[in-house]
Amino acid sequence: MSQDTLFDKVWDLHKVSILPGGSDQIFIGLHLIHEVTSPQAFGALKDKNLKVKFPERTVATVDHIVPTDNQSRPFKDNLAEQMIETLEKNCLEHKIRFFNIGSGNQGIVHVVAPELGLTQPGMTIACGDSHTSTHGAFGSIAFGIGTSQVRDVLVSQTIAMNKLKVRQIWCENKLSKGVYAKDLVLHIINELGVKAGVGFAYEFAGPAIDELSMEERMTICNMSIEGGARCGYINPDEKTFNYIKNKLCAPKNEHWDKALTWWKSLKSDHNAIYDDVIKLDASKVEPTVTWGITPGQSISINQQIPLLDDLSPNDQVIAKEAYEYMSFKPGQLIKDTPIDVCFIGSCTNGRISDLRVAAKVLKDKKVSKNVKAFVVPGSEKVANEAKQEGLDQIFKDSGFQWREPGCSMCLAMNSDKLIGNQVSASSSNRNFKGRQGSPSGRTLLMSPAMVAAAAINGKVSDVREFIN
Amino acid sequence: MKSEFIPPIGRIREINGQCISLFGDDIDTDRIIPARFLKCVNFDSLGESVFEDDRLTLNGRHPFDLEENKNATILIVNSNFGCGSSREHAPQALMRWGIKAIIGESFADIFYSNCIAIGIPCFTLSKTSIQEIQENKDNKFLFLEIDLKNSLAKSKDLNLKLEIKESSRKMFLSGEWDATTTLLKNENLIENKFNDLPYLKF
Repeated sequence: MSQDTLFDKVWDLHKVSILPGGSDQIFIGLHLIHEVTSPQAFGALKDKNLKVKFPERTVATVDHIVPTDNQSRPFKDNLAEQMIETLEKNCLEHKIRFFNIGSGNQGIVHVVAPELGLTQPGMTIACGDSHTSTHGAFGSIAFGIGTSQVRDVLVSQTIAMNKLKVRQIWCENKLSKGVYAKDLVLHIINELGVKAGVGFAYEFAGPAIDELSMEERMTICNMSIEGGARCGYINPDEKTFNYIKNKLCAPKNEHWDKALTWWKSLKSDHNAIYDDVIKLDASKVEPTVTWGITPGQSISINQQIPLLDDLSPNDQVIAKEAYEYMSFKPGQLIKDTPIDVCFIGSCTNGRISDLRVAAKVLKDKKVSKNVKAFVVPGSEKVANEAKQEGLDQIFKDSGFQWREPGCSMCLAMNSDKLIGNQVSASSSNRNFKGRQGSPSGRTLLMSPAMVAAAAINGKVSDVREFIN
Repeated sequence: MKSEFIPPIGRIREINGQCISLFGDDIDTDRIIPARFLKCVNFDSLGESVFEDDRLTLNGRHPFDLEENKNATILIVNSNFGCGSSREHAPQALMRWGIKAIIGESFADIFYSNCIAIGIPCFTLSKTSIQEIQENKDNKFLFLEIDLKNSLAKSKDLNLKLEIKESSRKMFLSGEWDATTTLLKNENLIENKFNDLPYLKF
């Protein structure tokens, strides 16, 4: 059993009681909600005549269903309009802070909370969204919950949960040029598998992690769930504190000093005990692309799609399913696979640094005429910052469509969808069958820089050939 | 159409019913209920859309479309079932289709929590046992009697020792899987925690 890790410290601090069944009752310091997984929870409150216990500890925004082309109200899609109206009504009724479209702070919930300084070290953070693990980048314990647990957090600010085990993933050395956090996390998931994290929290550590910016760290923690880990985190350091400082909801003045002292006490002790430790060499990671239907089915840009015999018996069944669905032949190179759609955005890679990297690749280049390419900033703040830097113009000049913030084609709940068996190069997080809105659509996950390279060439490309 | 949906309530001690087998590892919640069906403000109509895209692809041959399975209540699955999105719509859709318990090699964490929170016990068995159940043709109409108190599943020919997290088993037996009331019993402790947490004063 783990001891003295950040996870242990934060978990123990938030433990309210041990419930009769033996689960822990855990206090949730920050509850984030959005339009898709909250309406039924508010409905349950109404049915049971319950109220929100600490409305100030819940913050809302709208992201999943918002259109990215025309956001004027009412939305063209009646159901989407109904969902945003329901959230507006619930927030108003229960006095919950809501960052709506046009507020300047709307966006993907996992982009918005960190940029507002809501996400802080040592907190427990829950949201009805599996990518809540993103917030672990700040040394918080953050995890996705379902709607019934959203209800429980609203009425009690607590949930019933069993403590997770802790696996440290130690990343030695540094990432090489043209290799990004996305490549590293895809590599980790490939090495460990998509179910290795079940029952675990992942602590990402080591020189390669220390080296990453906060936004890159968010990319890593964001995809913990794709490796099965409901929660992933990184011990906070000076970069963490500097990122938070002066943000809208960051502690101010004398509170800042107190916060800093406390935050510094949270990191895993030098002699902390982990349930498991894995070490890998980040310098060996190359630009990575998924070829299959789980985020674990990835290879380096110059590798071939694995032969069945190269895979363990446990991986062979899903590999066969993937070859068929993706229309790939075992042994085929991933490089030069023709691409129909390029998508830059999502809670994984829709932040300003992601847009900067992609814009750098696209500057003075044109998107292949066979490709539909679009970029969806993660939030209104990201969009504004990008505009100030002239990034929107670089994207537009290259042939990318510049859209409004939202989740968009990561999960295709709005009208941004693949059509038929189109192939997308996507900076998002899931390549599941049908994920991007077409039951036969095919998704290749990669870093935003690699998506930009794919957009230019109209096929999967090595971004290192574009940067010097 | 199936009989009217009645959600589980209170203590859950036994589940008796016909099994339905679904093959494959890593079946994600997007497949269980595609995102377009999440555009709703209640869960009522999800049952008919469960596995919609998989069912369309298999054109009537999907286990959830076979006439012989229409009264099944116990779902048999492989490993990492329910991975991906945290959407509770996935177990809600299964439950509204008729599923009352799931037995599998392993479950994704959030999916598992969601199942417990809405009253669907999830049990694990070894890969070999699951495959035995899934592959035995005589089991096409396998009826199991699941006894939660003793974590046992019995049929005419089978006697299986099921694994389930002890906390989950106890919550089903006591009815506390529907956690809200239990959590609210500790209102004072919650208030104390709220007052004690350092960052709530920053």
